Amino acid sequence: MTASEQDFLNNPLGTKTTLEDVLDAFEFLDDWEERYAYIIDLGKQLPAFPDDGRIEENYVHGCQSQVWLIHHFDEASGKLYLLIDSDAMIVRGLAAIILVALNGKAPRELLTTDIDELFEQLDLFRHISPTRGNGLRAMVSKIRDIAATEAA
Amino acid sequence: MTDLSVANTANQPALDVEAIRRDFPILSQQVNGKPLVYLDNGASAQKPVAVLDAMDRYYREMHSNVHRGAHTLGDRATSAFEGARETVRGFLNAASTREIIWTRGTTEAINLVANGLAPRLQSGDEILVTQMEHHANIVPWQMVAERTGAKVIPIPVTPAGELELDSFHSLLNERTKVLAVAHVSNVLGTVNPIAALINEAKKRGIITLVDGAQAVPHYQPDVQALDCDFYAFSSHKMFGPTGIGVLYGKSHLLEEMPPYQGGGEMIERVSFERTTWNTLPYKFEAGTPAIAEAVGLGAAIDYLGSLDRKAMEAAESALLIRANDLVESVPGMEIIGTATDKVPVISFKIAGLHPSDIGTLLDQQGIAIRTGHHCAMPLMDFYGVPGTARASFAFYNTLNEVEQLFTALQKIQRLFA
Repeated sequence: MTASEQDFLNNPLGTKTTLEDVLDAFEFLDDWEERYAYIIDLGKQLPAFPDDGRIEENYVHGCQSQVWLIHHFDEASGKLYLLIDSDAMIVRGLAAIILVALNGKAPRELLTTDIDELFEQLDLFRHISPTRGNGLRAMVSKIRDIAATEAA
Repeated sequence: MTDLSVANTANQPALDVEAIRRDFPILSQQVNGKPLVYLDNGASAQKPVAVLDAMDRYYREMHSNVHRGAHTLGDRATSAFEGARETVRGFLNAASTREIIWTRGTTEAINLVANGLAPRLQSGDEILVTQMEHHANIVPWQMVAERTGAKVIPIPVTPAGELELDSFHSLLNERTKVLAVAHVSNVLGTVNPIAALINEAKKRGIITLVDGAQAVPHYQPDVQALDCDFYAFSSHKMFGPTGIGVLYGKSHLLEEMPPYQGGGEMIERVSFERTTWNTLPYKFEAGTPAIAEAVGLGAAIDYLGSLDRKAMEAAESALLIRANDLVESVPGMEIIGTATDKVPVISFKIAGLHPSDIGTLLDQQGIAIRTGHHCAMPLMDFYGVPGTARASFAFYNTLNEVEQLFTALQKIQRLFA
């Protein structure tokens, strides 16, 4: 399977599911069980990932699980669309949160988004081991590299 | 849950685990709002007060450099440092302290031996390791193989996680020069029949090295009875400080081997014409050593010596029995490594769950385990898994903690349902 342009545009994360939705939901989550149940649910919203995308070039190093990331720059709208895949459910959920914040944005806008602030708002890093935090940062840094290339 | 009394099969005096836990201050804390359940002892074990106090006292009362100062503190430090070496010698039943080399850990010890044996190795020679080795007992041999043209050959394991002994015998040949094998597997918990392996290797004049990193937290090896040429272990896995480990080596081999690093302490005389080496063990101890850590390791060994080893082993085996009994309470859970002779370690997978998900959600419940490839990628490949979750127990863990692990796993499964 190869990803079509439509697959990228149809990704609900960052388009249909917005950052406000996630921030609102997080406010009502009391304990770790609810928090993680929600993160796992978000991960289920990641669109299917194309088999031919799972190649070294798209691999995100620095995660404990396997993570792949592909992108499509839409010339018409000037926006950058992303797809992420992982074999771990919680990583999928965290990737979904990253996409909610960064997917479908103009590269220049993406580069000015402070993702650390978002994680702080969500109080995520406090609950995530430094090892896992490194994986998140690796995903974000790969996305920023792509945006920088497209913006150049 | 099964009845508690089922596990107490051995007729030994029970270990007073509650009293022992008071010796380990770190255990009585909360993590993520839950009482800490520390089941990552295979990665690194916690330290008793005796170790903390010994290191504190060393720095407060006797710190100085060793083997150098013409003063009282220097003498005190040297005496504490060399006293620890004697403690290690006694622990291993080595013939002499000349055969006890301080290293940074098991990894450095194996690198030292691989490097030291390089002059003996020629193109086509074979170094026998096992499929279940930690990378630390594979990569140093690969590096020396690259330099010398020797080959590193793994002894296969069975699906249960035991060495294929028939294969071992058929792999031995006149080109085999080294046998390097783990005493206990860090992933599977398998206790390898090292006495028999060493015996077989000896008949053919093969040099033997035992990676004891995962064995010394549970057993006291007797290097003379085993008759191995080298035995390596780390302090931090046996309740001592990080940053120090031990290489035991037979003196005739250590004498023959070139120094590993050059610098202070390891020399007898330096000139620009000719430099000569210090005697054993100092020949292999360049630079100022980890003195406080050596003292701490000595204290850890003394602490272990103060416990009833038989009771300790019985308590550990009760933990493993309880864990095995509870596996069926988690649908889809499968233990990787079901050898007959095991230390209390369970590597496992749960259908539909990634090990990293399991680790994260156990941590939320205050339970510390390890997930990943455990620095044993060839073994992960053999089992066809990207990694496992591993709970590794120590004598200070309780049956109740084992039960908490399984209750937490059931909870995680519900979360993913």
